[in-house]
Amino acid sequence: MSTDEFIKGLWRENPVFVQVLGMCPVLAVTNSAINGLAMGLATTFVMLMSNTIVSTLRNFIPKQVRIATYILVIATFVTIVDYAIAAISLDLHKALGAFIALIVVNCLILGRAEAFASKHSIGDAILDALGMGAGFTIALLALGGVREILGSGSLFNVTLFPASFEPWIVMILPGGGFFTLAGWLLVINYFKQRKALAEEAAQ
Amino acid sequence: MSPIWPMYRALVGVGMLCGLLIAVVFEGTLPIIEKNKAEALEKAVFAVIPAAASRETIELDGGEVYAAYDAGGKLVGVAIEASAMGYADVVTLLYGYDPNAETIIGIRVLTSKETPGLGDKIEKDETFLRNFDALDARVDESGSAMRNRIVTVKNGTKTEPWQIDAITGATITSNAVGEALGSSSERWIPKVKEWADEH
Repeated sequence: MSTDEFIKGLWRENPVFVQVLGMCPVLAVTNSAINGLAMGLATTFVMLMSNTIVSTLRNFIPKQVRIATYILVIATFVTIVDYAIAAISLDLHKALGAFIALIVVNCLILGRAEAFASKHSIGDAILDALGMGAGFTIALLALGGVREILGSGSLFNVTLFPASFEPWIVMILPGGGFFTLAGWLLVINYFKQRKALAEEAAQ
Repeated sequence: MSPIWPMYRALVGVGMLCGLLIAVVFEGTLPIIEKNKAEALEKAVFAVIPAAASRETIELDGGEVYAAYDAGGKLVGVAIEASAMGYADVVTLLYGYDPNAETIIGIRVLTSKETPGLGDKIEKDETFLRNFDALDARVDESGSAMRNRIVTVKNGTKTEPWQIDAITGATITSNAVGEALGSSSERWIPKVKEWADEH
């Protein structure tokens, strides 16, 4: 058990910016910062539970039926999250309603169950889920923030610009998701490449 | 030959556990969710009829509507449910109808799975909600049908008081609101108006 299992998800193996996994919720729900945050937290919870259970049962599940079993576990926790949010606050449920079910088909969760949790101890699997979840949440916040600022002129529903600001409607439409993701990937890869070149020059 | 028994054991075992877990959480949260929904409906009735001080449920022609009274016991409006297919799922609304002025005086979304940031603007967009400050809902001379069907029109082309100005970028959801109000008002408003005139 090492803290690296947690840290790798934040940057080096960031699920969105490096692994480019789970693009469906990443592009679909990040039209505001609060939506991105809520989706990130819900996904983190489901991933934490599925990683824990998959890791616990890893010697009990034959490999022929592993995918079906993982999906069953993931869908169960998504359903539980759905009920729990409706019980906590109907307003929150109304805001998230459309995309809670999307968590089931997030390939990131199935990917971590398959690639990591089924081969590692429970402690490592929990750290991995927390790290990946945090990395996913940060990435969704980064996309949702940019799209909300440009597309609605606000951040976390707080208006940032005077009324004369004309919002770029395209940024909260699906196309804006692709533009923003491309922009972030460009920035991140630029810095990664520069760092790699600097290391090469130093040797 | 791969052993069959471990596969059955894993699938059936996990399936049963998951089923049990969902059933327990469902039973546990159901009363809280029902209570939340009842509270939301209560709040919605007072939101769509701002002058309301008390309300009562009226059984009318195989359905329920909510009559609202002011502090003096005078009927100030009737809240009616409406629904139509939106972009993602059925959108359910509650709208307030003022039988004296024959107008719709407010709407509130009860359930919606519309795209956050686009379709859910029908709840927040102030320009859109201003459509329902006094939306024309007059009954025709026969008293059994609407004079004009409520419809949604393209953004910026509203010319008549019974038209709803759509939201740019959320046309399908705006149309769902128009469809819900159009069909519900044709079914309910003549009957509610008749009931209100008797009281």
